[in-house]
Amino acid sequence: MKPIKPLRFLGLLVLAALFVGPFYWLIITSISGSGDVFAFPPRLFPAHPTLQNYSQVWHAVPMARFFLNTCIIVFCGTFLTLLISALAGYPLARMNFRGKNIIFLILIATLMLPEEALLIVNFLTCAKLGLIDTYIGVFLPSIASVFGIFMLRQAYLSIPTELEDAARIDGCGRFSMWWRILLPLVAPSLATLAVFAFVGYWNSFLWPLIILKDTNMYPLSVALTWLSGTFSTNFRIVAAGAVLAMLPTLIVFLALQRYFTKGLISGIGK
Amino acid sequence: MKRESLAAYGFLFPALILLSIFVVFPIGLGSLLSLFRYNAVSQPHFVGIGNFKEIFSDPVARTALFNSILYLIVVPVLQLGSILLALLLNREMKGIRIFRMLFYIPVVTSIVVVALAWKWLLAENGLLNGVLLSIHLIRNPIHWLTDPSIALYSVMLVTLWKGLGYYMVIYLAGLQGIDPQYEEAAKLDGASSLQIFRRITIPLLKPTIAFCTMISCIAALKVFAEIYVMTEGGPLYSTTTAVYDIFDLFMNQLRLGYASSLGVILAVVIGLLSYLNYRFFKQGGFEAY
Repeated sequence: MKPIKPLRFLGLLVLAALFVGPFYWLIITSISGSGDVFAFPPRLFPAHPTLQNYSQVWHAVPMARFFLNTCIIVFCGTFLTLLISALAGYPLARMNFRGKNIIFLILIATLMLPEEALLIVNFLTCAKLGLIDTYIGVFLPSIASVFGIFMLRQAYLSIPTELEDAARIDGCGRFSMWWRILLPLVAPSLATLAVFAFVGYWNSFLWPLIILKDTNMYPLSVALTWLSGTFSTNFRIVAAGAVLAMLPTLIVFLALQRYFTKGLISGIGK
Repeated sequence: MKRESLAAYGFLFPALILLSIFVVFPIGLGSLLSLFRYNAVSQPHFVGIGNFKEIFSDPVARTALFNSILYLIVVPVLQLGSILLALLLNREMKGIRIFRMLFYIPVVTSIVVVALAWKWLLAENGLLNGVLLSIHLIRNPIHWLTDPSIALYSVMLVTLWKGLGYYMVIYLAGLQGIDPQYEEAAKLDGASSLQIFRRITIPLLKPTIAFCTMISCIAALKVFAEIYVMTEGGPLYSTTTAVYDIFDLFMNQLRLGYASSLGVILAVVIGLLSYLNYRFFKQGGFEAY
């Protein structure tokens, strides 16, 4: 493999600084003491690095609770998204049944529809079902993901049918065929969907903002905006909260990078 | 056949029931609600197309719709930027993967974190003004987020910054599907890099560009979190977009019917734009999707 040419390398370095710079600045701010923030010219590293902001944000607001809320929402949301997509993708890939075309049409139509246009009625529905200020209310409307269903359908389609024919001869029923033979084979696609769902639920914002009134139920994304309103004068504390909130998605991304690339590519049907 | 249908619907049941409740039902009821005046407490009051009439004479709603459409400026800039970025990163070279990874970090980061960081960077006494002042590019600090004539563009900058990596990865995949022989042949014929870009790369990327333009347009018309965190629609409604106005009408003013009619208009605009995109790009391979 050839090394990068110097000119291109320089250009890439400048671009990388533009992309990573704001995060670097956020981290530096979060470990700065009170004198450091508006020091100009900006220091590349604070004169008196401290973890004080982290301990302050942890004690001033129920950060642990926000983490727990986020984890519950992300875990349940991701798991159910995988389950529903894995179930629904199977007949769409493998079975012939009445109304298949209509269901396809509806699924594609909903893919285009802005969920923002559905917010108001969904809020009223959740209010009727008693789901305001509950975890279920946060993830229930989005666990039937058309994106996920199509992704899994694509995965089932790529499995040779001979396997199922053999299993059918052995007397395997539809459900156990799905559970024992097909599901393990689409595991890579499930993993890809899982990382996307994880990041999606972790970062989801508008819907939790609407359905949660009790600050104790807030996930981190909503809690951060609340925090920045409360500590508008001391953004070193908010920066510490922001760094804590972005860390898990960053770790998941760095550890599972290849799934992101794969997901984006399969998402466009190639 | 009949048994198979039964089994199929068994597998589809959870998805269909949830999509009916949370997608199909709201389309119907939302459209109906747009014909009523409703504040979630008293009985809904039928006003026919009154809400729609009101929207077109309501300066805030009009500004919001206008700003949402203006926000589409980010689409061509974002697409061209990410194509160029993808071209820059397309060669297999030592260390190139690290750059690809770095450019993708904003994509996986919460929009709230991104918007907060930029809100401070763009503050009057923030880092950006500090840098520009110190190299004497400007004399007075620029009011990035507090000047009504530029606030919306400052917010667009953040959307652009966050989106580049996302589309870059999709374009990289598209570029890797192009046979390098085309480029080599063109080079032999003495084509310049600009000619290769315009005559070979862009036409062959067309299906990818079509897809990216479509989702990018939809995303631009739905922009919300950046606005909520950075400007709250201000100053003087200069950054109020359609979704922000819907949110404000719904959550703060409890005008559920009126907010629904704005939602209907937004859905129609998105549908129309998607159709135009489809028509525009059809020739050249939208069939792939």
